[in-house]
Order: sequence, then C-alpha cells, then structure tokens
Amino acid sequence: MPQPPEPDWIERRLVGARPQAVAALLRYFRDLDLAEEAFQEACLRALRSWPENGPPRNAAGWLIMVGRNAAIDHKRRQARLTALPEEAAISDREDTEADLVERLDATEYRDDILRLLFVCCHPDLPATQQIALALRIVAGLPVPRIAAAFLVGDRAMEQRITRAKARIAKADIPFETPGPKERAERFAAVSAMIYLVFNEGYTDATPKSERTRLCDEAIRLARLMLRLFPAEPEMMGLLALMLLQQSRRNARFDEAGAPILLEDQDRTLWNRRQIAEAFAMIDKAMLHRRPGPYQIQAAIAALHARAERPEDTDWAGIDALYQALERHAPSPVVTLNRSVAIWKLHGAKAALEMIAPLAGPLDGYFYFHGVRGNLLEQLGRGSEARDAFVRAIALATTPAEAAHIRQHLDRLEG
Amino acid sequence: MRYTILCYHNEDITSAWTEEEDAEVIDKLKAVNRKWAKSFGPIARLMPTSAATTLRKSENIVTDGPFAETKEQLLGFYVLDVESLDVAIRIAREMAEANPGGAYELRPIALYYPDGEAIEDAPAP
Repeated sequence: MPQPPEPDWIERRLVGARPQAVAALLRYFRDLDLAEEAFQEACLRALRSWPENGPPRNAAGWLIMVGRNAAIDHKRRQARLTALPEEAAISDREDTEADLVERLDATEYRDDILRLLFVCCHPDLPATQQIALALRIVAGLPVPRIAAAFLVGDRAMEQRITRAKARIAKADIPFETPGPKERAERFAAVSAMIYLVFNEGYTDATPKSERTRLCDEAIRLARLMLRLFPAEPEMMGLLALMLLQQSRRNARFDEAGAPILLEDQDRTLWNRRQIAEAFAMIDKAMLHRRPGPYQIQAAIAALHARAERPEDTDWAGIDALYQALERHAPSPVVTLNRSVAIWKLHGAKAALEMIAPLAGPLDGYFYFHGVRGNLLEQLGRGSEARDAFVRAIALATTPAEAAHIRQHLDRLEG
Repeated sequence: MRYTILCYHNEDITSAWTEEEDAEVIDKLKAVNRKWAKSFGPIARLMPTSAATTLRKSENIVTDGPFAETKEQLLGFYVLDVESLDVAIRIAREMAEANPGGAYELRPIALYYPDGEAIEDAPAP
C-alpha cells in the first residue's frame, strides 16, 4: 500500500519538478503562456491524484505527460467551437506520446531547461524583465511575491511579465539544440541572470525583506544548473560566490538596519555551513584549471572568509586575485576594488595614485567617491575628503548608503 | 548490533528549502538526536551532490558530481549501536516524522580501525 504523501510534500515536489516540466512543455507548444497553463493544470490534477494513488516514480515525467495531454485536449475542444486547430502551434512530436516518459531522460532535460533559461535571458529584454520572467517561469514564484521583491504593485509586475512574454513571442527564438559555441554563450547569459537575481535580493538594506528570498532562489537555481552541468567550473564559482556572500547575511546589518562593513562584522555570525560548501566548490572548480571571473571573485570572498580576524586577511593574495580578475574581466570597478588591497599593503598614498585614472570613468559611481574620500581622510587632506564625501552622498542610491557617508562627514567636522 | 541510518531525500526539494525551513527541520532532528544520544556515534550531514566528486574506479578518472545518478540523494548518515534492527527502525521512524519525504536505508555495518583491523567482535559500549 503506498503511503499517502503529505500535501506539503506534494507541493515541494511540484516546485522541484517545475523547471523541467515547464521547459519540456515549452518545447512542445513553443508558447510560454500555454506551457505555463498546461503545467498549472497538471499540478491541479496531481493534487487530486497523488494523495489517492501515491506519487509517481517520475514526477516531472508525469506532469509533462498530463500537462501536455490536458493542453492538447483543451485546444481540440476549443477548435470544435472555433476554427480549425492550429497545427503549427503543436509540435510534431505529438504522435510519439506513448513512449513519452521513457524519452524524458537527463539529456533532454538539459537542453529543455537551458532553452527555458535562455528564453528568459533573451537579449531584447531589459535586465529587470529578464529577471522577472525567470522568477515567474523558471522558479515559479507567484506574481505578488515578485512584485514585492521589486517594490512595485502586482498590476505593474503582471504587465511587465506580459510585455516580456509578448516580446519573446514576437522574437524569433531558435528551438533547436544549441551547438557548443551557442551553448557557451547561453551559459554565460544564464549565469549572469542568476547573479542578477541574487543581487536584486542582496542589495536590499532590510535583512528581513521579501527581496532576500531572491538570494535563496538564485542559489537554488545555481545548484540546479550545477546538477545538470556538473563540470562547469564557472557555475561552481558563481555558486561559491553567492554562498559566501549569503553566509554573511546575519552579520551585514546592525539592529537599526544600517550596513556593517566587512571588517567590522561579527564573524561568529557568518554561516559556517555555507562557507564550507563554498570552499568545497572552489576546490572542485580549481581542478578544471579554467579560471573565470566568478571563480576569481569567489576566491577573493573565500580569502576574507578564511580570516578569523580582519587583521588576518591575506591582502597580498587578494591583490594577486584582483590582478587576475583585471586580466579576465577588466573594468574600472575591479581596479577600484583592488585599490583596497593596495591600501592595506602599501598605504593610502599608493591606493590614491592607483585610482586617480578612474576619476573619469567612475565619476558617477557612489563607491568611487566613498573610497576616494576615505583615502584622502586617511592622508589628512580634510577639505578634499569632504568634497569627495559630499559627491558620494549625492550619488547614494539608498538611505543607508547616504547615512554611512554622513558619519564620515560628521567625523571630519568634529 | 551496529547500524547506519542513511538519510535519502530528493534534492529538488531539500535545495528548495530556505535557510529558515532548513533550520526548522534540523532543530526537530536535534530533538530526536538528543533523546537517542547514547546509541549514536558520530553523525554526518553530507553537502549537496553538486559538491561531490567521484572517482570512477574501473577507468581511474575523477569526474564532477555524485556516483549514483538516482533521483533521491544521500544527504547524511547516522552510525548507531543498538540491540536490534527493531530499535533502529523505531529511531528511523521518529526521524521520519521530523523530516518527511525520501527514505532511510538501514544497513548493518562492520567497523574497522584506521589500521584496517576489524572491531566487529568488540563488545558494544
């Protein structure tokens, strides 16, 4: 006798099977709305059937088959009421229904999910729409939760997602299996999208806000990707990077919600389990000898995590890693970050000289003026420091950032 | 008799847990663990299979990922020293209430010292 599964258990299994099922349904119907509706219908049927009959061995396979049949059935019934069926909307794989579950092997899943993620990363979409669409379609988050995460109303978010879908429907999205080059490009797009989702949650100043769930969701997506592509060192690096950042979640803000700098954080509040998993992930990635930006950033975060006290930080190691990052992904922001290591190693004067050429490209960047103000303050150049901090406050994007700089200014006045 | 209780669960589900949900399950398990502490040896929780590396013995090559490509993944294990399988099953049932879903595999084990000597004959503590 099969034990009736707990409702909670069913719900979790539905969440887990969602990316695979929606991705496969998208392959059949080539229509995001239809694929989603078919999945919803399959979930409703699962909630009715599984408690009675026990869960199927292959939950995703079951949902795909039921969702596909339900949607085809629905289309046929509609067709009788309206015009002829739109054969073009239904894939020609329809006749192979009988052995469908057998064909749902890992190989097919891989490309389906990659395709689904890639659809969400379509270059025609602005980044915010990409993220919103991925959270809706891949992660299955309900619209009100995504809206709360982006601090907009339900209706506005609904419209944003609808617009994204409409743009995708108009665009010519290739549905064939991608070649190695395309695959690599897609992989980079998908990695960037996952990190964007994470950062949407991470930059929020209120630790208990709905947005921090985006961090959990991004980590879940990265783990999912890594189970599908276990030998991608950059995905290992990205997961490690996110785990290390997330491990500091409980130490990043004081009780008033003001951010606490890395060197002032209570390191006993860092999540050791996440740090250990990140270290294991970095070790694995290193074996591949294919360093990339995520792996290097993770390695930098790992050096911070290894230091028991701020003064134990391996700044020479961090400097070397930033130099590697400058080679792999050069940008003024990377150089700005490296200047902190230079400051620790060679003093404020050397760091100030290093960032001088960045004044042009980073003129509109809050952190540039913050770092510059700090260095000038350290060198006793009070009035120049004040100017830099005033400029930083003007560029602050959150009240917490502004309040932090305000403390510096107050200190200069005092 | 010594047993291990191997903790299986679907990673699609466990990796969808938020930190809070994870902590809640672990807290419930800790309550069971404290009750049976005298019967337990060390307890291990395994990291996700995405952190696993496998040595394929016949080809002698190292690959990323777990060896068994099953849906349910091994998440951790207990080492027990109890008088019978019945007791082991009873403990596993209590754990299953705290952490539903998946399965526990109970398998008798032989223990060895690091030098390779069997300690199976040693009296249970």
